[in-house]
Amino acid sequence: MTTLTLHDVHITLAGTPIVTGVDLTAASGRIVGIIGPNGSGKSTLLRAVYRHLPLTRGAITVDGEDLWRLTPRRAAQLVAALPQETRSDFDVTAWEMAAMGRTPHKRPFAPDTAEDSKIVSDALAHAGVTHLARRRYTTLSGGEKQRVLLARALAQRAPVLVLDEPTNHLDVRHQFELLDLVTSSGTTVVAALHDLNLAAAYCDHLYVLAEGRVVTDGPPHDVLTPRLVRDVFGVDAHVISVPGTGTPHLIFRSGR
Amino acid sequence: MTTAQPGPRTAPARPDPGRRRIAWAAYAVLTGLLITGLAASILLGTVDVPAGTVARILVWHLTGHGDPAAWTVSQDTVVWNLRLPRALLAALVGAGLAVSGTATQALVRNPLADPYVLGLTYGAAVGAVAVIVTGFAPLGGVSTGVAAFLGALAAFAVVYVLARAGGTLAPLRLILSGMAVTYALSGVTSFLVLQADDPGTTQSVLFWLFGSLAEANWAALGLPAAVLAATMIALLAQARPLNTLLLGDETAAGLGISAARLRRHLFLLIALLTGVMVALAGGIGFIGLIIPHAARLLVGSDHRRLLPVATLAGAAFLVLVDIAARTALHPQELPVGVVTSVIGAPLFLWLVHVRARDTTGL
Repeated sequence: MTTLTLHDVHITLAGTPIVTGVDLTAASGRIVGIIGPNGSGKSTLLRAVYRHLPLTRGAITVDGEDLWRLTPRRAAQLVAALPQETRSDFDVTAWEMAAMGRTPHKRPFAPDTAEDSKIVSDALAHAGVTHLARRRYTTLSGGEKQRVLLARALAQRAPVLVLDEPTNHLDVRHQFELLDLVTSSGTTVVAALHDLNLAAAYCDHLYVLAEGRVVTDGPPHDVLTPRLVRDVFGVDAHVISVPGTGTPHLIFRSGR
Repeated sequence: MTTAQPGPRTAPARPDPGRRRIAWAAYAVLTGLLITGLAASILLGTVDVPAGTVARILVWHLTGHGDPAAWTVSQDTVVWNLRLPRALLAALVGAGLAVSGTATQALVRNPLADPYVLGLTYGAAVGAVAVIVTGFAPLGGVSTGVAAFLGALAAFAVVYVLARAGGTLAPLRLILSGMAVTYALSGVTSFLVLQADDPGTTQSVLFWLFGSLAEANWAALGLPAAVLAATMIALLAQARPLNTLLLGDETAAGLGISAARLRRHLFLLIALLTGVMVALAGGIGFIGLIIPHAARLLVGSDHRRLLPVATLAGAAFLVLVDIAARTALHPQELPVGVVTSVIGAPLFLWLVHVRARDTTGL
């Protein structure tokens, strides 16, 4: 049972404070969404969780272990990430891409074991891309690529999964598919999401970020009010309840 | 809400054995090619030495068995002191340049880069030319090589400082800094040559720019062999981290790899390896670009296979090219770098073409 905790996190980039005093808790097996307008610090915050950007103050812990006091390798055994950018100028197959998830579990010169192969194979199967294993990553479609990258994160076998805009560039079906896969993985998930309705449908708990601070947090139906959407995103919205599930759904109105 | 589409039902995925099999085949074929090349280069040359005599000379030197009276002193010198060390130097330099090319492509995250984009070659040229022009040679015969190595390291230090931003060596900054240093140093080289105004100096400068294996001798083999072995071990130990470097710094961070730190290590290894190879054999072009790229086409980008394949391919390639350089315009000898460039340029264009076809599907 794994809990990710951010305590008073501050991040300053090139002298500019981007994140100022964020507290966040993602309890075991829960899907926590981070929403907020562009430039609110969502990606920066997540980058600190997977140790791409250092904190200037505060702490990030996984079950009490301070991530930034661990070796990068140990930290990556606890937190797997699906960042926004994954470059692919090089010839890598989908299998090889997913197998890179085993990196933090491997010492220098350690060969791939049968167990590694099993884990990668299971991760590809869970992400529904078994049939793509031998394809070259560059030749895959956007949705296929994203699922292969998810397989890589799953192969990492970390109890915490960090997703930065995982549904970007995906069509509506692939957005749902990907988030279905994530929520069925059983890990603790923290995801930055652009689409407020996807966030409402999939997250147990939402944090609203604006100018590097948490404005409010809570279950989607408490957080996603017309007033908050107007204050934080500057858009008028009408909230309805999705028949059957009861999750809130926003209908936006143009300001004109 | 939709349910997850698990994709077509298929058997569990297994690692593609294809690339592993190709890698083993490549090890076998390239080792065979290398041995054949080494044999050919000690058999062929301007002085005719019968194959049987060559074999007897080798056996005598290696095991002490045989009768030295069965061949002449000059045959002995040609085979044991000229051809064999030269062939071995070709293998070491070819392997070294191929390895540093492979590492450079990971360093700057560009499959079409080679170690010379980092400005090291011209650093070596300036160092060597300065010694040749000024005649200042405190270390005697090895002064030029040492000056070349120091020049390469100085160029490396300048590029390092220029490319350093926010504690990380950004790939694009590395390439641009390397280019700037290369242009500046090529100006300095030309200036030194013009100042000297002497055909002998021009000749020596050409040596550094095109490369040559003519200076090979037994004493010059230990250093490159040791540096190559040490660099290979260091790189193979980092093979998995190197793989993640190809995917970008963020992805590497998520996999527990500090790209900034790895790139600093990598740059240091490349400078050491390239510096030593260039100091010994001059700026032999295209091997650092073509060989890693061809190896990638064969076995993909996993450094655990790529590095050994590139090493063997680089060694075999330069041994064979050197035979061509020595014999093509017999009795005149071509600078080996001229031959690699003549072969390399069209090969490079072909690789770019293959790459474009592969990535765009056209």
